[in-house]
Amino acid sequence: MNIETFIKQIEDEFDDLKPGALKPETPFREKFEWNSINALILIAMVKTEYDVTITADDLIKSKTLQDIYYIIESRIQK
Amino acid sequence: MAFLTIPHIRIAGLAATVPRNKEQNACYHWISKKERESLIKNIGVETRRIAPKGMTTADLCVVATEQLLKELDWDRAGIDLLVFVSQSRDYLVPTTACIVQDRLNLSHACIAYDISLGCSGYVYGLAAASSMMKSGAIKRALLMVGDISSITASYRDKSTYPLFGDVGTVTALEFREETSPWHFNLQTDGSGYKALMIQDGGARNRMSRKSFEVKKVSKGIHRSRLNLELDGIEVFNFSLREVVPNIKNLLSHTGSTLDLIDYLVFHQANRLINETLRKMLRLEPEKVPYSLKDFGNTSGSSVPLTMIVSLREEMQKRKLNLLLSAFGVGLSWGSVLLETDRVCIPELMEL
Repeated sequence: MNIETFIKQIEDEFDDLKPGALKPETPFREKFEWNSINALILIAMVKTEYDVTITADDLIKSKTLQDIYYIIESRIQK
Repeated sequence: MAFLTIPHIRIAGLAATVPRNKEQNACYHWISKKERESLIKNIGVETRRIAPKGMTTADLCVVATEQLLKELDWDRAGIDLLVFVSQSRDYLVPTTACIVQDRLNLSHACIAYDISLGCSGYVYGLAAASSMMKSGAIKRALLMVGDISSITASYRDKSTYPLFGDVGTVTALEFREETSPWHFNLQTDGSGYKALMIQDGGARNRMSRKSFEVKKVSKGIHRSRLNLELDGIEVFNFSLREVVPNIKNLLSHTGSTLDLIDYLVFHQANRLINETLRKMLRLEPEKVPYSLKDFGNTSGSSVPLTMIVSLREEMQKRKLNLLLSAFGVGLSWGSVLLETDRVCIPELMEL
């Protein structure tokens, strides 16, 4: 996996986001209208694409997409 | 692992009653229009049936049963077991099944009891009833599964109110030597009990004045300690973690595969959860029926309701291999592999 693919997958998942709207350093809560449904969409996408579980705690601790990317990377079964 | 194999039981009939009263999520003005649209799209619920004050789950189940017994032409004296699965019973005491036994004029030789389970209730109810029947001592049984979840959901809680709908269902079960066995895989993880709960009113936290105080928990979520609490992310991750392995273990235990299944009927949790599960199992959409859009998450009755509204004609006409999978409050989950053959299914009723 790489972060460009991850960001593209997020942009595809959310109708409001235009391609190129997101950067690794984007604080995701500011870019999305952050609510529990968007959290679920993100969790579902990560589970489907990477078979990795993102918890509520992970989201609280993460500020940027890069932070979430690192969590996924550290949990992908090698 | 709790794998159960139960022979000699068939589903003879299936019926459901919903309240006539409809609520549209497009009119849920507690949240903004934009949020409403996102909610309808992602949760997948447009309309819900809501019971008016005074109507109970048992009322809905009784109407469904009266019609089903008529169409099956069953003699009430021959029904020896009544299981009522619900988390919205008529009274705290006594057991609702006892009251229903009398309302339906069933015999005094009839066993009747309640099971307190929600989302997983249909699969557990089938397991409990069929286990009691398999020796052949009980020839005919009624399994009622339903909930009026709208009683406990706070209108000012966007995480619960627009999700749940009310329904009562009944399944008529029959002992029949020549039917192929049912296979269950039932599981529990009570460490997650807080993910879906009502805090007060039971023996642990007795009802007090404090129970009624409505508090703001977070944006768009105001509720009292008598309202249902739902931790969306916990439930979501639980479902994505447990349901697929539960199904795969059941299939490998029985030497079956998803290709041999005509339909996989999931508990109707929400569209995001169910679609993710479907994709994880690489199942085509045609094999996974829904009832969410028109009825919402109908708790334990979502599996039989989905069969009635989506598979009625086929179930009436031909033999089907079904995999039913239900999961949620408890946390409790399970799946069952079973064959149905020309099931009597009256049209969905309204009360």
